[in-house]
Amino acid sequence: MIRFILLQNRQGKTRLAKYYVPLEDSEKHKVEYEVHRLVVNRDPKFTNFVEFRTHKVIYRRYAGLFFSLCVDITDNELAYLECIHLFVEILDHFFSNVCELDLVFNFHKVYLILDEFILAGELQETSKKAIIERMGELEKLE
Amino acid sequence: MNPFSSGTRLRDMIRAIRACKTAAEERAVVRKECAAIRASINENDHDYRHRNLAKLMFIHMLGYPTHFGQMECLKLIASVGFPEKRIGYLGLMLLLDERQEVLMLVTNSLKQDLNHTNQYIVGLALCALGNICSAEMARDLAPEVERLLQFRDPNIRKKAALCSIRIIKKVPELAENFINPAATLLKEKHHGVLITGVQLCTDLCKVSEEALEYFRKKCTEGLVKTLKDVVNSPYAPEYDIAGIADPFLHIRLLKLLRVLGQGDADASECMNDILAQVATKTESNKNAGNAILYECVETIMSIEDSGGLRVLAINILGRFLSNRDNNIRYVALNMLMKAITVDAQAVQRHRATILECVKDSDASIRKRALELVYVLVNESNVKPLTKELIDYLEVSDEEFKGDLTAKICSIVTKFSPEKIWYIDQMLKVLSEAGNFVKDEVWHALIVVISNASVLHGYTVRALYRAFQLSAEQESLVRVAIWCIGEYGDMLVNNVGMLDIEDPITVTESDAVDVIEVAIKHHTSDLTTKSMGLIALLKLSSRFPSCSERIKDIVVQYKGSLVLELQQRSIELNSIIAKHQNIRSTLVERMPVLDEATFIGKKAGSMQSTVSSPVGASINLPNGVAKPSAAPLVDLLDLGSDEVPAPSSSGGDLLHDLLGVDLAPASKQSGVNHSPNNNGTDVLLDLLSIGSPTQSSSSLPDMLSSSQGNKTPVSPLGLASPSSNSIQATSSAGAAPVIDLLDGFAASTPKHENNGTAYPSVVAFESSNLRMVFNFSKQPGNPQTTVIEATFMNLSPNVYTDFIFQAAVPKFLQLHLEPASGNTLPTSDNGSITQTLRVTNSQHGKKSLVMRIRIAYKMNNKDVLEEGQINKFPPGL
Repeated sequence: MIRFILLQNRQGKTRLAKYYVPLEDSEKHKVEYEVHRLVVNRDPKFTNFVEFRTHKVIYRRYAGLFFSLCVDITDNELAYLECIHLFVEILDHFFSNVCELDLVFNFHKVYLILDEFILAGELQETSKKAIIERMGELEKLE
Repeated sequence: MNPFSSGTRLRDMIRAIRACKTAAEERAVVRKECAAIRASINENDHDYRHRNLAKLMFIHMLGYPTHFGQMECLKLIASVGFPEKRIGYLGLMLLLDERQEVLMLVTNSLKQDLNHTNQYIVGLALCALGNICSAEMARDLAPEVERLLQFRDPNIRKKAALCSIRIIKKVPELAENFINPAATLLKEKHHGVLITGVQLCTDLCKVSEEALEYFRKKCTEGLVKTLKDVVNSPYAPEYDIAGIADPFLHIRLLKLLRVLGQGDADASECMNDILAQVATKTESNKNAGNAILYECVETIMSIEDSGGLRVLAINILGRFLSNRDNNIRYVALNMLMKAITVDAQAVQRHRATILECVKDSDASIRKRALELVYVLVNESNVKPLTKELIDYLEVSDEEFKGDLTAKICSIVTKFSPEKIWYIDQMLKVLSEAGNFVKDEVWHALIVVISNASVLHGYTVRALYRAFQLSAEQESLVRVAIWCIGEYGDMLVNNVGMLDIEDPITVTESDAVDVIEVAIKHHTSDLTTKSMGLIALLKLSSRFPSCSERIKDIVVQYKGSLVLELQQRSIELNSIIAKHQNIRSTLVERMPVLDEATFIGKKAGSMQSTVSSPVGASINLPNGVAKPSAAPLVDLLDLGSDEVPAPSSSGGDLLHDLLGVDLAPASKQSGVNHSPNNNGTDVLLDLLSIGSPTQSSSSLPDMLSSSQGNKTPVSPLGLASPSSNSIQATSSAGAAPVIDLLDGFAASTPKHENNGTAYPSVVAFESSNLRMVFNFSKQPGNPQTTVIEATFMNLSPNVYTDFIFQAAVPKFLQLHLEPASGNTLPTSDNGSITQTLRVTNSQHGKKSLVMRIRIAYKMNNKDVLEEGQINKFPPGL
């Protein structure tokens, strides 16, 4: 199960933070700080996995942005790595060539996309097309 | 117009915040925005409500407090339109979590929305429920979610399935309601619904045995077929990742099959073919394919044995291990850990590769590999593996050394074929990374050295050499100091030479040099310095020629600001200078430390009935007894001007170590020494020094009983009729040590000639006032202590309205009798007494502690004095 998802830039600014387990606000900030510290200086040749407390962080860097998923120690790391990539593809498709600014100004939309992709810490939909279509329908209701 | 009024658009606010150059500017902008939003909330402004909340979410993401917006979420959720609800639910998920009380209010809105006619609104509600559902909400809303599992729109069904997972995790009793609908989902064609259905079944199996049985019987075949279809499906652009149709679904299916196959031969049999197909046919040149293979290997390892498949799985892991991609190697190491229980031989074959991985530059890989090496070690390969690891220790990263040394030490301890090898390896580790070694480890090493009598000479010489090279490794230095103190004569005379050794010439003064260097080194901490002083004392007797020099070194610490050192210095100095006649017996070599007891202690059985190593008499030391809560071993009793004696109490391992041999040590009138570990201990020491118990300890008794050959009942046993525990053990002559360790007031100080078992204590003293406690116990009621408090006026003024108050922690009960008066005359003219009864429910485990407050009027001015009393004699 995914414990939380973080999207941070290289300076450690959080662009998206979604927690599927309850944490105090102060604890969230600590987690965000620690995860950023963990991933930001890792060599690109290194694994995309770091042990974090009693869990594991699967992260992937896209330009200046780090996508980090915190998952259970027994979860399939490679699958979650693929999962991050699929999410990025969906974002890329939705914003057509996504960049950090898109995510800043449309943060609420990013959350909505995420809610169509992952729910309760589990994968909800694996089709990029289905999610984009669903987003289109939801946009029309606005 | 103010650009930051609530009229600003979200986009403008983000822009304004981004334009800020400093954190202070940003805070100012956010503050203004928040003020505007609050104002708008107070005006109950409908039009801007959802814009405000969107802004709040952004502000929240920046890390500012936004709790004032929580109610706005609820209002938005309760409104009718989709856009409002959408932002409301989003805010609910971001700004609140399941623990907030406010969430109770939302249950009703959620229920209405789950039954809404607009399926998009139902979707919103399901999404929110799935992400923040609490146990109570789960109970209230489970029927709605269950119904939605059969909703016509697949988007709702898949959301409902994931919601169900959250519900059964929160309330496992609800699982049975979901078994049937979940089984239905497994027949779905829609990938989204299928994948969530499979996940729901997997989680149901985790919480409910019944569900597991049901799915195993009814669904295994169906799932195998589904997996077969997915594996063999033609190209599907919608789900294609690296040429594989929906790897995520593959993985979820494999995982569920694993749960079903585990511990069930029939189900395992049923899935053999498809697993073999996945394991052989899946493309392994892309991450997606490897993810499937990885999951497949795990399933093969977990289900019931099928030899052929396991070979296949181990081979896949072998390929993974030699892969150039670090991620793949990482998962291979991870999985080999599981494979080792299945086929240890096969994993051993990869030992060399795994060992290489320990040296990888990536910490994640190193950590996994080290874990794996650790389980791979056995008696036959311990030597080469340890050598490799120790060699690597020299070049490894600083932050990895801690883990690495811990593992090496553990391996060496567990599998060492002979003592000399163990000592050699430990010395290497200490020389390389002594600063990373935990205290228990070097304590254990000392115990082993002490037991290996033939190796004493060898060890002390090896340590001497090691010290010359690695004097900066603190724990090496400590072991070296200890050994030189004990076996210094062997160092100098080359006693007990082994064939493999080169003889070295060390003079007595060289040996003292080592200790002097260690004591004076700027990085040496208190423990090391204290150990050094003791070693010097020992050497002063072993090397009479250096006695004067040692005295000079010891004397230098007479003025040390660290009390522990100052005390030791003065005490040792007095032994060296004034008590030549007993010195040599005093500093005899430590008796052999009992390994079995030490290991027993190490296993954490502090309270267990470890028997005393020797059938020793109870020569409990005189001097200060300390409450067991204070983990310290006091060294030499300052108050006694005759012979120092050790006193000890339970505490950490080091003290255990010393505690273990306390009895034999005092039998020989030996002194054993233990350094205190850290500053807090020193502080506790400080307290004890101030306590008058010290001066009242009876030395001659102690001496006579120790030299006068082991009378099993020591003066101490007689001293305190009320402390049953002591008497029991002491008269049995059994394990005095246990008493010490358990803190049963082991060394209750004997109070001379006044008949009471406990010494009186100056519990509190200020410039104006002194309070003395006298203790007594009623026979047959060891838990209750009667304390007679006497207050004395130290000032020339009379105190009026004198009130004494006391408070104790929960494990104590306190009863205060009325005081003898409320006016305290000057000291010559009398005092106030007051009786306190304290009942200790943790008698024998915890010692008394008390907080006090004394209020009185001096010259008509109110005076209040407060304090805490920790220095009760133990055993109360």
